[in-house]
Amino acid sequence: MKMLSSQKRNSISYKKWGYIFLVPFFVVYTVFSLIPLFSTVYYSFFENYMSGLKQIGPNYVGIENYKTILLETDLPKYAFNTIFIWLLGFIPQIVVAMILAIWFTSLKIKLRFTGFFKTVIYMPNLIMAAAFAMLFWALFSDIGPINNLLVAMGYERISFLQNVAGTRGLVALMNFLMWFGNTTIILMAGIMGIDNSILEAAQIDGASTWRTFWDVTIPSIKPILVYVLITSLIGGLQMFDVPQILTNSSGGPNRTSMTMIMYLNKHLFSKNFGLAGALSVILFIVTAILSVIIYRNLTEREPKPVKLKGGEH
Amino acid sequence: MKKSRSIIALLLVLVMALSPVVLGGSVKAETADSGKVLNIWGWNEEFKGLFETYFQGAGLVPEDVEVRFTIVPSTDNAYQNALDQALLDQENAADDDKIDLFLLEADYALKYVDSDFTLDIMNDVGLTEEDLAGQYKYTQEIVTDGNGAIKGTSWQATPGLFAYRRSIALDVLGTDDPEAVQEALSDWDKFAAVAEQMAAKDYKMLSGFDDAYRPFSNNMTNPWVDENNVINLDENMVKWIELTKDFTDKGYHNKSRLWDDQWSADQGPGSNVFGFFYSTWGINFTLLGNALEDPEAEQAVGNGIYGDYAVVEGPQNFYWGGSWLAAAAGSDNLGLVRDIMYTMTCDKDTMQQITKDTQDFTNHEEAMAELAADDEFASAFLGGQNHIALFVESAKGIDMSNMSAYDQGMNENLQEAFVDYFNGNVDYDTALDNFYTAVIETYPDLTRPE
Repeated sequence: MKMLSSQKRNSISYKKWGYIFLVPFFVVYTVFSLIPLFSTVYYSFFENYMSGLKQIGPNYVGIENYKTILLETDLPKYAFNTIFIWLLGFIPQIVVAMILAIWFTSLKIKLRFTGFFKTVIYMPNLIMAAAFAMLFWALFSDIGPINNLLVAMGYERISFLQNVAGTRGLVALMNFLMWFGNTTIILMAGIMGIDNSILEAAQIDGASTWRTFWDVTIPSIKPILVYVLITSLIGGLQMFDVPQILTNSSGGPNRTSMTMIMYLNKHLFSKNFGLAGALSVILFIVTAILSVIIYRNLTEREPKPVKLKGGEH
Repeated sequence: MKKSRSIIALLLVLVMALSPVVLGGSVKAETADSGKVLNIWGWNEEFKGLFETYFQGAGLVPEDVEVRFTIVPSTDNAYQNALDQALLDQENAADDDKIDLFLLEADYALKYVDSDFTLDIMNDVGLTEEDLAGQYKYTQEIVTDGNGAIKGTSWQATPGLFAYRRSIALDVLGTDDPEAVQEALSDWDKFAAVAEQMAAKDYKMLSGFDDAYRPFSNNMTNPWVDENNVINLDENMVKWIELTKDFTDKGYHNKSRLWDDQWSADQGPGSNVFGFFYSTWGINFTLLGNALEDPEAEQAVGNGIYGDYAVVEGPQNFYWGGSWLAAAAGSDNLGLVRDIMYTMTCDKDTMQQITKDTQDFTNHEEAMAELAADDEFASAFLGGQNHIALFVESAKGIDMSNMSAYDQGMNENLQEAFVDYFNGNVDYDTALDNFYTAVIETYPDLTRPE
């Protein structure tokens, strides 16, 4: 292709088709993402809500909404809830996903029916989060099957959703169940991308399986790990549907399972665009900063990150 | 060629888009009475069923008018969100899409009553004082705006009673006679004493945290919000909190929440719960449904605990719920709206018939008094008791003067915030703080008391 175009000066340029095919994306992105992004920032400087059927505002109030959100509300508490519940789900998720990915790709173990297992562990991700949360809500309710089972086995009933550990634990468990399959498959892709000769060389040098894992596999899939971590963190910060449905939008006992987006959603009742806008902008900035920090931390020490696909870009 | 065609297409689109505006304007100028589509908004099928039986079924809808129900469930405020949007868009909507009639609940009725989106049912819609004379006055007071205009009308009055299990009363109190049971429950101290007796025999007085809420919240001494938009936690609500905390600590109830599975199960066969505070619709609809062993089988003694319930007035007068019909500003069917309001909420014969058919308590004092005095009228579900007689008594004591437009958010948030306190997760002050936080999220124009 390159050779052809350099030989023939007046050949037809297909360049414009590239741009034309890009147009739909940019139009959709501009209308549904970029404009709302800027209008959110704009609205965050106004007092603007409904009291009953009465519209209050919009009145320009400067950074008053930001002051309210940061100084007068329990936002730090909700931020802690969000991160805590995310970690509670993410740590087991990455450990289990890593173990499964190693097993599925290991040439030593030669696991059979991997296709079947991969499908099964991915299944929970296909269920709508809200439906999944409804299912757990019914399963773990005070008179639900889990409690009936406990009673049948001679234990006391546990009001899972009336205590902090129960509620946070269930949310984390659901996030774990929904996402470990997905993570496993991404990690497998990373592991299978490692050149076999490197692993063989390590084995010939007498490295143990454990050593090979830590010193060959992990460094080689670092970009993938960064990707998993960043996407999961962003997903975690946006955690909403599972705790919302599970706690019936109340945020669990004493608001301990109220995530930041659930708090944002609380302002929907009064259509409080000013305060909700300020909160969204803060979340946007936090997400952006966290992403940059993690990305830098995990990539900079690696002089030459292993690339998944060969070739230059 | 291509260009001209697209211009024609554009013109056609413009004509189509603009025509409703033009036509709408001219039609409206002539009359507000000739709409061909009657739009009714509600949150459940209750009114739809009554309307289809007693109005449409009676052939009162003109042949050329199509009735269109829009039902949006009230879960998560969805009904009000949808209704608000539709009302705000009402002015620009095509005539056939304009809301003509919509339903309201007591807890948030004032939000709509105090707005320009609802019409005065006398001066705008055309009902007369004579038409409304038979109704319970309190049902009109709820929907009266600041200027004294009545903005809605209801087919039901919803006085509340305490429904109890006869078999449990017989076991614990030695009698299932409503008069004796009422004597034992006539104030809150006696109520708590009976709860202790119940606990001694492994029964539960109530089902959950929120069961005794309405008798307290309907007897508040001040509205939820004062004239400076400051939230006011009434002393009566503090009493509810104290009673519920006490009952929770002593294990007098099953820790259920209103409408959850446990709560429903507690009303049915095999339950150990003594009774429930319920208003009219709750007894003939919710409680009856939950009491049956087999919902598909005949509703008769022998099916579950049908016949085992009885009702008494309980410690305090209260009401709970109720649905009002409001006429929407901009309606193009006002004549028909008036007829519906008249037949469904003013006409004595129709309302008496509704009570006879469904056991619901309808909004006509005279019609209800006749049934109350009728020895033949009895509820088999309540073991042959004439519950209408008790409702008539209870309805006299209903006082709506402390209603506010904020009641719905206050009720929901108070119940939600204090479950943590009842369960021992947080102390009283934290629960109160969570309540204020939640209320201000819901109504940003309110402030905490100093």
